[in-house]
Amino acid sequence: MYVAVKGGEAAILATHDLVAEARRGDPAVPEITVAQIREQQALACARVMNEGSLYDKDLAALALKQSQGDVIEAAFLMRAYRTTLPRFGSSEPLDTAAMAIRRRVSATYKDLPGGQVLGPTYDYTHRLFDFALMEEGREAEPRKASAPLDATMPRVPDILGAEGLMEAEEPPAGDPRPFDLTRDPVSFPADRDVRLQSMARGDEGFLLGLGYSVQRGFGGSHPFVGEVRVGEVAVEFVPEELGFAVDLGEVTLTECQMVNQFQGSKDVPPQFTRGYGLVFGHSERKAMSMSLVDRALKSRDFGEATNYPAQQDEFVLYHADNVEAAGFVEHLKLPHYVDFQGELELIRRIRREREERLAQERGAKEQDTMPEAAE
Amino acid sequence: MTVHQMPADNTKPAYNYAYLDEQTKRMIRRALLKAVAVPGYQVPFGSREMPLARGWGTGGIQITAALIGPADTLKVIDQGADDTTNAVSIRKFFERTADARTSEATEEATIIQTRHRIPEAPLKSGQVMVYQVPMPEPLRKLEPREAETRKMHAWAEYGLMQVKLYESIARFGEVTTTYDYPVMVNGRYVMSPSPIPKFDNPKMHMSPALQLFGAGREKRIYALPPYTSVKSLDFEDHPFRIQSWSQPCGLCGAADSYLDEVVIDDRGGRMFVCSDSHYCETRRAEGHRGAMLGDAAASGLVEETNP
Repeated sequence: MYVAVKGGEAAILATHDLVAEARRGDPAVPEITVAQIREQQALACARVMNEGSLYDKDLAALALKQSQGDVIEAAFLMRAYRTTLPRFGSSEPLDTAAMAIRRRVSATYKDLPGGQVLGPTYDYTHRLFDFALMEEGREAEPRKASAPLDATMPRVPDILGAEGLMEAEEPPAGDPRPFDLTRDPVSFPADRDVRLQSMARGDEGFLLGLGYSVQRGFGGSHPFVGEVRVGEVAVEFVPEELGFAVDLGEVTLTECQMVNQFQGSKDVPPQFTRGYGLVFGHSERKAMSMSLVDRALKSRDFGEATNYPAQQDEFVLYHADNVEAAGFVEHLKLPHYVDFQGELELIRRIRREREERLAQERGAKEQDTMPEAAE
Repeated sequence: MTVHQMPADNTKPAYNYAYLDEQTKRMIRRALLKAVAVPGYQVPFGSREMPLARGWGTGGIQITAALIGPADTLKVIDQGADDTTNAVSIRKFFERTADARTSEATEEATIIQTRHRIPEAPLKSGQVMVYQVPMPEPLRKLEPREAETRKMHAWAEYGLMQVKLYESIARFGEVTTTYDYPVMVNGRYVMSPSPIPKFDNPKMHMSPALQLFGAGREKRIYALPPYTSVKSLDFEDHPFRIQSWSQPCGLCGAADSYLDEVVIDDRGGRMFVCSDSHYCETRRAEGHRGAMLGDAAASGLVEETNP
């Protein structure tokens, strides 16, 4: 547009400078370091790693620093970087049963092998400000437990499964490589690997709302938290030239397994069904929301009605991606004056034609009534 | 940190030419070939996450990235203009990643990436138009489920669209769609022309240029090979018609171009100017003068060009 005569380029460059200035804030306050964000804002980093689909704590912290703490913008940075990375293979399936547990709670059993491990959680804190945190320099003293945790911590659904009460989950025939939704377009109905993958990178708030809707009656689900576990799991990889697994390191994961009722059908006896959530870092809310929606999305497989948003894979998968959603919502800021001009022209013309028609009708009416008035 | 994130001091982390890796470019080219072979059919493709936001042209950018080479000249327009912010941003992206030679001249460009407009100057054989598409599915507003709309296309079941147009005529006396006006391609597929004004629809018909459409967020590519029939949907008794203005461009006097309305004061003053900035400049350089060119030049809104 000519009003912005060639100013576009300079103005764009100026926005980059301005955002750098806004990001830094008051220069009298020391600059935050990436290491500080990584260590002290770990839950935010976890969310960025989840929604950015990339496990890298340093980059997540950098993304948060660069985006001034805007989590979706940070996830966007992660994804735009991730998409350029070469893929040299797939890891071996992670074994969450062998997780080095930091936290593990079950709502279905009072006690179970391995016990309840509360770990670091805000669950039992009172949400009162700790004004002492306004000051720096307080070091918490870690207290060591008197006894180590049990070596074996079986997953609760496996305990139920041993009794045959839990829906068995087997890989599809031939155990094919899972779908990669960052490489191939999704088609519907979407299989479970696609659904879980999409939710793992989906927006936490969106999944939370959907999961909540299921609980409130928009999707008939009656879940129990079979188990939530948080901890570190080893990632193993088999290089072709070696032929045996090597340890690549470990990732922090949160896994949630919801236990849901199922009436059974003609062929299947009544049993419990599973809702599954698995995410990076300590992200219980996300893992729980995901497992609620996972179960809701299985409705079709169980022959249940799919009347509610959380049960419809197209609705959930297309709209859970916050980077895509944010891009499309915010594109409304882009100029649309060509289209708007079309609408202006149309609405003016329709109104003009309407005025003319009304005036004509009025004229006709006056003519009709004239003779009577004369009488 | 892993190795790939810590390049040695003397190495610059490098992106591939035109950003996308060669495998991805091949995947996109395959989708493009399929799209050209079946005009108007939406080909799903493995749309990549791009360093620009979804909805900001990532589909068009991926197509351009898959096509562009050192011999190409790229023109990028948004709303018909070369200097709108997002056009500038996309042009810079290709200057940076593909050392692209860029131009604002329609006739010089081998690839023209556009949002919302087709240039006024006629396109030539050998040129490629790349459209940025937000919603590739013309039936989406009638049927939100992709699984259903794909079936409707497969069966050429377009009755719903005809009913929608009919209802619009019944209510308002005309079809009230002013942009993204649906077209029938090659007598087979109903296609979204992208949100160009319906004014531009006739330019698609039998165009000598290759026209490619990329929807990055929706992960679809479709195409019009050169000299393809593109008919805007209408009825015999309500033929398709395009917008017209009661006055010519205020700057160059063109009476045949799509005009943008510019509010020039707070007392209802309006000026109409070409949306195609290059077309307008070219005409002014040729000596055409619109009624308000003097005023606009005096107030510094536009540079006066001496013929």
